[in-house]
Amino acid sequence: MEELANLFHGFAVALQPYNIMLMIIGITLGVIIGVLPGLGGANGVAILLPLTFSMPPTSAIIMLSCIYWGALFGGAITSILFNIPGEPWSVATTFDGYPMAQQGKPGEALTAAFTSSFVGALFAVIMITLVAPLVAGFALRFGPAEKFAVYFLAFCSFVGLSKEPPFKTIAAMMMGFALAAVGLDSITGQLRLTFGVTELLNGFDFLIAVIGLFGIGEILLTMEEGLAFRGGNASINLRVVLQTWRELPTYWMTSLRSCLIGCWMGVTPAGATPASFMSYGIAKRLARRGNNFGKGEIEGVIAPETAAHAAGTSALLPMLSLGVPGSPTAAVLLGGLLIWGLQPGPMLFVEQKEFVWGLIASMYLGNLAGLIVVLTCVPLFAAILRVPFGIIAPLILVLCAIGAYSVHNSTFDVMLMLVFGVLGYLLKKCNYPLAPLVLAIVLGDKAEEAFRQSLLGSQGSLGVFFSNGLVSTIMALGLVALFWSAIQEGYSRLRMSMA
Amino acid sequence: MKSFVLNVALAAMAMSCAGSTASFAAWEPVRPVEFIVPAGTGGGADQMARTIQGIVTKHNLMKQPLVVINKAGGAGGEGFLDVKTSSGNPHKIIITLSNLFTTPLATGIPFNWKDLTPVAMLALDEFVLWVNAEKPFNTVKDYVDAAKKAPSGSFKMGGTGSKQEDQIITVGIEKAIDAKFTYIPYKGGGEVAVQLVGNHVDSTVNNPIEAVAQWRGGKLRPLCVFDAQPMAYDEPIAEGKAWKDIPTCKSQGLAMEYLMLRGIFMSPKATKDQVEYYVELFKKVRATPEWQDFMKSGAFNTTFLAGADYAKWIEAEEKRHEGLMKDAGFLAPGN
Repeated sequence: MEELANLFHGFAVALQPYNIMLMIIGITLGVIIGVLPGLGGANGVAILLPLTFSMPPTSAIIMLSCIYWGALFGGAITSILFNIPGEPWSVATTFDGYPMAQQGKPGEALTAAFTSSFVGALFAVIMITLVAPLVAGFALRFGPAEKFAVYFLAFCSFVGLSKEPPFKTIAAMMMGFALAAVGLDSITGQLRLTFGVTELLNGFDFLIAVIGLFGIGEILLTMEEGLAFRGGNASINLRVVLQTWRELPTYWMTSLRSCLIGCWMGVTPAGATPASFMSYGIAKRLARRGNNFGKGEIEGVIAPETAAHAAGTSALLPMLSLGVPGSPTAAVLLGGLLIWGLQPGPMLFVEQKEFVWGLIASMYLGNLAGLIVVLTCVPLFAAILRVPFGIIAPLILVLCAIGAYSVHNSTFDVMLMLVFGVLGYLLKKCNYPLAPLVLAIVLGDKAEEAFRQSLLGSQGSLGVFFSNGLVSTIMALGLVALFWSAIQEGYSRLRMSMA
Repeated sequence: MKSFVLNVALAAMAMSCAGSTASFAAWEPVRPVEFIVPAGTGGGADQMARTIQGIVTKHNLMKQPLVVINKAGGAGGEGFLDVKTSSGNPHKIIITLSNLFTTPLATGIPFNWKDLTPVAMLALDEFVLWVNAEKPFNTVKDYVDAAKKAPSGSFKMGGTGSKQEDQIITVGIEKAIDAKFTYIPYKGGGEVAVQLVGNHVDSTVNNPIEAVAQWRGGKLRPLCVFDAQPMAYDEPIAEGKAWKDIPTCKSQGLAMEYLMLRGIFMSPKATKDQVEYYVELFKKVRATPEWQDFMKSGAFNTTFLAGADYAKWIEAEEKRHEGLMKDAGFLAPGN
């Protein structure tokens, strides 16, 4: 009950005209940041952080978290329209979102994506409001072994639940692992596979790879197919939004499941990327029209977007209560908290009630404001696809180049992006799936790090991955997912022989 | 009206005179200044750089903007090489931590601090020995006894990065008490502190700012500080104890001292005027109340050095790191 009173007090703080103004400015800036691939939420928040030092902490965090929301919404726009995911967790959105846009349904895809993000985030905020103190402690049980188990589950569910030939999936994934291994080996502190090239010190950044593989690769494919975007007949009025809304409630099961996956992955804290991939993989298996996934199925947009945003939002909980950032953006926000003289940690909820509940209230309001802003712009975004390819393609190329450059301010990255573009084109021509490759680049080094940390702690014994109930359960789930097809086949054969 | 015009004209003349004498007397940036952070966003160096950026903006300490850029690749090697190759560009400064010494030694990248121009030491970061508050270690002696009694390698020390400051301190402790730990490297200090709260490691050497929240929450207990004298801050933090009440490790029979540099360097071949400009700038930054709050929140050691004193300090510290890392076997082949 006390929580509720605190929350209403928080609403009162967030609803001051000054704060509402900051909210709208934040959302708008965020959408712009999200649309530019490579700039991303973390960089955007970092750049704008010093602007907020002169504001009171509550106003500052409201503005920054609104930039964050805006960036999340904005990331979905380029994923769906141009097949260029701006953030790791929007990769899964491209699988069905982009085909939908190509079939002349960009409005539906965008509406589904925005609404699902809103639902996922709202679910997570409600969870934070109700069970914050209970859930926070759960994250403490996650040591390296448990973290590795979660990554293992993400990889396995992708291989086992995918409809692609498993060996092509594994081949693409191995390529991703190899690329992820370049750079500094964080366990021994030594450089690896850099061959003395200074530019490779940083390794292969996920964003560069994705902008190239998806963005440039897609342009090359489209050029080959005769210089046409197939989204030209997109309807551009607000009715699309309402029509899509009428359709969405029929997918409540997928939404709920994705919310739960997202919250769990966000709190643990494995993060939004594995959450979106896992949610997509599971929806593909369980949805009635799962066989059509990848060809422009609206459920294939709902599942990853809901889970990613539920995870992204619930990741703020371990940050506030434990001081562990669940995402790069959360890490920058954490730095901001310290500069404003707030100590994230167990005492924050006790000592800085106004701040914490102001933030939570602004999560409700900012999310809602964001939804309204982006939904009213859906026709505008969808209209972009009516621009002839000859004009839009060079613009996308420039956008990609700016994005790639701004990741590390390096021209080398722009060249790298072009190389990845050619690679993406070739892989697509040979029917290799790109998603496992990207998943491995994003999570490969994290999984490796967790694996080696676990083995250091256990002095080399693999038993550490089955040493307690929690880690054993996650590992077992992973193995089941990996051999799902075989299990299913065995089961149906068993039934046949019984009959 | 006429007098107004006259006044404006006079003022403009006066200003242009003032401007020209100023630029004659001393150097000033004419373009935005890049402030390189050789570490990721959200870490200790990044927080300090962004605080400085905020202070400079708020108090109008510079006419040109100060832009923070993270170049974290290769344990910061990317940032150092970037500044090294910007010879003669006075619009580039870099904030360093101990990776100024450890990164070239451990990875063998072609860089030495002598490639850069030293500007000033802003502060020194403290290291504290932390244990989980549930554990029965109340003093350094309890801790050392337990570590010695445990089978070799079963006592786990968590820390930030590999072959960097945390692991150097760990090796120092091992030598001092003749025990063998297993060191587990993590990506960031906050994560390390939480791993200790979750009992996934047995102890850490976190900086004060990384672990203070868990101390106040009653989850962690500080045992000693790796400095020659106790920290200066006497405001109570938790259980009526202040930073000042944490004894030095040496006084508790654990002979290891370590402080981490938070200092500023600039591109090679900077002129004396240019260095002087930045030294004065950071003196002004240090005088602001925001900076003092920041120092207090992280319980920093506020030693300030510039010029020859600073260079001498770095030289001694480099020798020490070389020795420590050589003993630990952390040197890259060929170094």
